[in-house]
Amino acid sequence: MSGLRNFVDKIKPTFSEGGKLSFLGSTFEAFETFLFVPNTTTTKGAHIRDCNDMKRTMITVVIALLPAFLFGCYNTGHLVGLAGWTAFFYGLVRILPMVATSYIVGLAIEFGFAQARKHDVNEGFLVTGLLIPMIMPVSTPLWMVALGTAFAVVFGKEVFGGTGMNVFNPALVARAFVFFAYTPSMSGEQVWFSNWTMMGAQVDGVSGATALEQLGSTGSMSFSNLDAFLGFIPGSFGETSTLAILIGAVILLFTGIASWRTMLSVFVGGLVMGLIFNLIGATPYMQIPAWQHLIVGGFAFGAVFMATDPVTSAQTNTGKYIYGFMVGMLAIMTRVINPAYPEGMMLSILFMNALAPLIDYCVVEANIRRRNNRVKLAKK
Amino acid sequence: MSSVKNLKYLTGPLSANNPVIVQILGICSSLAVTVKLKPAIVMGLSVMVVTAFSNLVMSLLRKGIPSRIRIIVQLVVIAALVIIVDQFLKAYVYDVSKQLSVYVGLIITNCIIMGRVEAFALGNKPWASFLDGIGNGLGYSFILIIIAFIRELFGSGQLFGFQVIPESWYAANGGFYTNNGLMLLPPMALIIVGCIIWIHRSYNKDLQEK
Repeated sequence: MSGLRNFVDKIKPTFSEGGKLSFLGSTFEAFETFLFVPNTTTTKGAHIRDCNDMKRTMITVVIALLPAFLFGCYNTGHLVGLAGWTAFFYGLVRILPMVATSYIVGLAIEFGFAQARKHDVNEGFLVTGLLIPMIMPVSTPLWMVALGTAFAVVFGKEVFGGTGMNVFNPALVARAFVFFAYTPSMSGEQVWFSNWTMMGAQVDGVSGATALEQLGSTGSMSFSNLDAFLGFIPGSFGETSTLAILIGAVILLFTGIASWRTMLSVFVGGLVMGLIFNLIGATPYMQIPAWQHLIVGGFAFGAVFMATDPVTSAQTNTGKYIYGFMVGMLAIMTRVINPAYPEGMMLSILFMNALAPLIDYCVVEANIRRRNNRVKLAKK
Repeated sequence: MSSVKNLKYLTGPLSANNPVIVQILGICSSLAVTVKLKPAIVMGLSVMVVTAFSNLVMSLLRKGIPSRIRIIVQLVVIAALVIIVDQFLKAYVYDVSKQLSVYVGLIITNCIIMGRVEAFALGNKPWASFLDGIGNGLGYSFILIIIAFIRELFGSGQLFGFQVIPESWYAANGGFYTNNGLMLLPPMALIIVGCIIWIHRSYNKDLQEK
């Protein structure tokens, strides 16, 4: 270990200010802090002391994503007629190129921007890079993944100023791009199964109807509710298993990374909208039990990993309740009422991302007004 | 002296004072008519004709109009010119006129025309105003053509209606390629305008805001 430390120290002057490769300074810095805990401390101003820096936050989210990821691997194999470890390894081999593509393209652009703007490389993409393949169907062509990732990093994030400045969740921007650009394969009605015939996989059809599509057209689905909860249904790679996502949710809530207010109110919002539709009951889709909405499609995944994104969601506590509730309501409303968009979660989160600053503004203003009134009362 | 100045009226709006990407005028029509190259070019020419002649007419009239009623006079002039252009398109390029549909009529609301009349023609001589109108029309067409080129190429794989991307590349024929449906939607045109502005400003340091 000290050999590595010495090596890093030896090449450090080359990359620091005035060195030969100083234009690669932020790349070097990124790899150095990747290998070693930075020993710099803040010198002035008041700071909250917390060992939870951005790298650790991001890694926690990645750990929380792992249950859904591992289950996605298994389900990919399961859907092409495999079982046990074979199914798992089949899925793992199937998804790895997508993960690699998203990381390579995304990080290349991040490093490029960091160099050009002379700021440090941020860790935000660690999570985004894993989220992108998880919210796409497993056979999405790699060039589409690459294009979506590039679009998301440039237009979802870097034009706003990089990690922490973005208005929209970058992973969802990637999905939205691929969704609108290459609609037939991404729309949520039909998703691609894996098309690789290896390890004895039986590839019958290239795509199949999702639970959302079946519910939308007939009001019932060919999968049992337990299967939908456990995740043995076709869908995007990481979104199918509500159980695995809930395990991730527990990790996020236990470590305090994600806000329970947002998460809870998304589910409540979805339930309330489902109940309202039950009351109306005009179509078969409106009559399905409200809780059934929560276990199909990307609802749970969006609620746990997307809506809770600390950058793009509302910042105030009251705002989080409103934001989450609206995300849930709009998602179910889009699903049930608009047949063109069987999956409303992506659109509702992106829409509420745009409104989150407004919600915060109203909450803060209301608070100021309330306190002003209190002062006035006290003066009387 | 005068010819150098006149040349500046023509070339200025192409880059440094471009109506779309610097003055941010006429954005809506540049999103609406740029799905394909042909209508974009026709639209660019129509706007150029209307801008040039409304500038010319308003510059000739500028000393005779009380400034209180100048807007209504401008509207009459512009509306008359737009109707002439509309009838002309219907007579000679009917299919393109169909594709452009209401957007020919909506040239009347194009901010570039009103903007140039107000900002330039009312204070300058006829010949200079005419050149300024031509220049701004060219600058507008230039941006429209860039956007339409990108959108038609990636959105439908064609240029001027001819297939450019080989048919054998498409997924339907066993290839890997699929047209980008987002290119056919207006939001992508807005993003392309943004990219053009981005590139343009990074080369023109004096346009960058502090």
